[in-house]
Amino acid sequence: MATPKKDLRSSRKRDVKSRGQGNPGRALALILLMVIALTAGMFASGYTTPRLGIDLAGGTSITLTARPDADDADAVNPTNLNTAVSIIERRVNGLGVQEAEVQTQGDENIIVNIPKGTDEQAAREQVGTTAQLGFRPVLSVGAATPPAEEGAEDGSGEEGAEDGEEQPGDEPTDEPTDGEEPTDEPTDEATDDSTENQSAPAPEARDDAGGLSPASYRTDEGDEEQSSDEPADDATDEPTEEPSEEQQEGEEGTGDEQDPAADAAALQAQLAALDCTTEGARLDASRAASEAKDEETVVACDADGTAKYALGPVAVPGTDVKDASAIYDTQRGQGWIVQMEFTGAGTGKFADITQQLSSQPQPQNQFAIALDGEVVSAPSVSERLGGGRAEISGTFDQESSEELANILKYGALPLSFEESSVSTVSPMLGGEQLRASLIAGGIGLALVVLYMLVYYRGLAVLAIVSLLVSAAMTYSIMALLGPAIGFALNLPAVCGAIVAIGITADSFIVYFERIRDEIREGRSLRPAVERAWPRARRTILVSDFVSFLAAAVLFVVTVGKVQGFAFTLGLTTALDVVVVFLFTKPLMTLVARRKFFYGGHPWSGLDPKRLGAPPPLRRGRRPAPVVPSDPKEA
Amino acid sequence: MSRLGDLGARLYRGDVSLDIVGARKLWYTVSVLITVLAFAALLVRGLHMGVEFEGGAVYTTPPNNASVEDVRDVAEETSGSAALVQTLGDDGTMRIQVSGLDTETSNETREALASELGIPTEELNAEVIGPSWGKQIANRAWQGLAVFMVLVVVYLAIAFEWRMALAALIALIHDLTITVGVYALVGFEVTPGTVIGLLTILGYSLYDTVVVFDGLKETTRNVTRQSRYTYSELANRSLNSTLVRSINTSVVALLPVAGLLFIGGGVLGGGMLNDIALSIFVGLAAGAYSSIMIATPLVADFKSRDREIAANDRRVLNKRAKRAEAGESGEDEDGDDEPGAERRAGADTADDPDDERDETAGVGAGGERRGPRRQPVSRGRGRGRPSGKRR
Repeated sequence: MATPKKDLRSSRKRDVKSRGQGNPGRALALILLMVIALTAGMFASGYTTPRLGIDLAGGTSITLTARPDADDADAVNPTNLNTAVSIIERRVNGLGVQEAEVQTQGDENIIVNIPKGTDEQAAREQVGTTAQLGFRPVLSVGAATPPAEEGAEDGSGEEGAEDGEEQPGDEPTDEPTDGEEPTDEPTDEATDDSTENQSAPAPEARDDAGGLSPASYRTDEGDEEQSSDEPADDATDEPTEEPSEEQQEGEEGTGDEQDPAADAAALQAQLAALDCTTEGARLDASRAASEAKDEETVVACDADGTAKYALGPVAVPGTDVKDASAIYDTQRGQGWIVQMEFTGAGTGKFADITQQLSSQPQPQNQFAIALDGEVVSAPSVSERLGGGRAEISGTFDQESSEELANILKYGALPLSFEESSVSTVSPMLGGEQLRASLIAGGIGLALVVLYMLVYYRGLAVLAIVSLLVSAAMTYSIMALLGPAIGFALNLPAVCGAIVAIGITADSFIVYFERIRDEIREGRSLRPAVERAWPRARRTILVSDFVSFLAAAVLFVVTVGKVQGFAFTLGLTTALDVVVVFLFTKPLMTLVARRKFFYGGHPWSGLDPKRLGAPPPLRRGRRPAPVVPSDPKEA
Repeated sequence: MSRLGDLGARLYRGDVSLDIVGARKLWYTVSVLITVLAFAALLVRGLHMGVEFEGGAVYTTPPNNASVEDVRDVAEETSGSAALVQTLGDDGTMRIQVSGLDTETSNETREALASELGIPTEELNAEVIGPSWGKQIANRAWQGLAVFMVLVVVYLAIAFEWRMALAALIALIHDLTITVGVYALVGFEVTPGTVIGLLTILGYSLYDTVVVFDGLKETTRNVTRQSRYTYSELANRSLNSTLVRSINTSVVALLPVAGLLFIGGGVLGGGMLNDIALSIFVGLAAGAYSSIMIATPLVADFKSRDREIAANDRRVLNKRAKRAEAGESGEDEDGDDEPGAERRAGADTADDPDDERDETAGVGAGGERRGPRRQPVSRGRGRGRPSGKRR
């Protein structure tokens, strides 16, 4: 299509050869096959209606736009956006929202679609906040629920933690990235994962540490890895989980060395009061924690709700992490580990804090990586880690290590968002808009059909059938694209489809007028049909290409609702070409063999008399063309 | 059909010919006037930008019995900004528009409104737009416009030639200007829907132009190898023979949009359907006009500056002058082209206007019919004279 000229020329030759016949049967069979396949696919997949967008189905759609960062012009980039998407997705899904959809749009927007029936308000609050990452020393650790504090340390070691409470349904959908909140089953506690990293590690951590750089501390990452498990697990969680952190026994124990006693006591009280057992409570906790200033001490929940921490002031802000990556350590057999690298400023701070922490007893030798007021990981430190590099080892798998690396790398990137637009549509209004646009489409179609009937009479039937084929293909493709690429039919998209009726009908008109021109020349129908085709084809290709170009540019460049519109317009334009080539033209060839049409029945729309064709007698004796033309294409 | 079909046939054969290219000065003037008017309107009145571009909130209520005043009071009190309340349809659905709200205030306003109306908050539809969102949409639209124009000019320059590409571009800008001017003049609200519509015009206006150019290219392919017609005359002939087709494609394109307008404006009482349809409608109408009246004459003008074409045109004119001298005493000066072929009776033409009147034809053909019909150029067109595109 892009180079119609060339195509045309070559096909023109072909056309001349096969003139008169073409291969109408084959083309028709092909397109019928396509239609049938699409329809069958649609029914087979079970998606018989296009997925409706928020504005037609009801729900809330939030558009977030990344605020450019003054310090780092490149902060708003696809990687960061994708990380933000996964963080937001985790948060939204954490609310128990079913089928929330988070996706990037353009190069600086994130769209969050929340279907009707969910707590829109809470979702909005979750969605809009900025991810803040910081390293805070752990002052003390507690099991998520005070009562439940079974000594975790032993066998299970850390973490087993994750367990249960993870809100039941929460992330059905989420992808690997959010493995963060693992929901594993209650029972497993400790078992596998946790154990490994935990127990042994702590001590050795130091030893191996040598690895990359001085660094390595073991974490209790255990939880991270298993994200899956059955969400359903116990709602009650508490019973099951044990305090994760590795050896942290002291729940609220001692933690406060640095603070004056009073503060410490207050903090302890706070920690004791902190409820990490339910989803909602954790959200509240993390919100409170994330609002705290860097210098303040905070209490925070573990990301999976298995433990809670009292944390000191931010020792190293997340922005000081220069890079982090997940690697598979083959040398020491540690499996997946996360390496991080600090900036110049971060290196010093990190060395200081690790030195300080390494001399502390168990719970206080950990520092917590706090993301948005939640502790995503709390590795312990056994020595001063200078040199700007460190690694975290533990029971990671690829997924969880990559996730932690991502969080380290991007979690604190000052990618903050603002709500560019929030639109809430009640199912009622959505239904009304859907109905209205269907009616509008029906009226538009009826008008076009009427006009065609009046003007083209018998020929109009061809046009109508072609329009129907085009409509069937458009519909089934839209229905299939829903599950395939997440295409959702929104109001502008419907609008685009309606406008496309005109574009599609236009190509028929271009062809029909060409045929009529040929008949006016005095040709009989069959040759006229074949001669008209190459020229009509060129016109159709060129103009459809322009139309498609417009749609493609709009789709790529624009944002928001314009995109949905551009998509349908482009889709229908492409289908138009398919239909005209494979359906209308072959059908025309077949129809031209029928007496009704070639006989020029007054209702065929091809009556030579009405068209003002010269009487047959004169045919062939017409003066030579004025413009001496080389043999034209036909 | 038949009447328009007849007209189509006559136009095709050249029995009837509207000298659009010959009268191009007239159309240029008309277009320049419209453009000046559009710019003046834009400068004086400016565009009425919707809340989407300014930032603010739009609430749509379900049907209810609350009075507009009460609702406005509540909205203004809670939000602290002026509120615009319209009723949509007759079932009491209201559209409340408040500009310059931040997210928080908008939530409060929404709650206050919902309680005023006695409905759960979720049933009150809300659209809250931050001030930068509209800017982003607009910027992207400009960007899209620029990219598209460059691509399309390149494409048309390759598929046709640069003069046509240039003419198409001018026609396109012309359409956009007119559309924007109409918006400024009438004071329609500009919303993202409007922008969508405007961008659609891009593809669509060009679709028309391309259809016309395609015929033009074919007709004038061998212009330098003949000495009977000037380029402009051929262009006009080509234009006439594709006139019916252009009108039909434009009408058919407009019909679904009219359906959208009717439903969007009449039943829904506004909203995105209406916004999109309105700007497409205006733009398409302008596009139909410009591809016929502006684009082709422009090409003819550009072409006439081409040395080869100009030389040919001169030759044609010289020859014609000579013939005219020669035939002065003689009879028909046109006859030399096709003696005897000049079958068009004067009476025939005179009747045309009536013949052609036709309900559908009136839509598109109305404007052109007024064009000068009996120009020297067209006189030469015998009915048997092929338009040059047939072989």
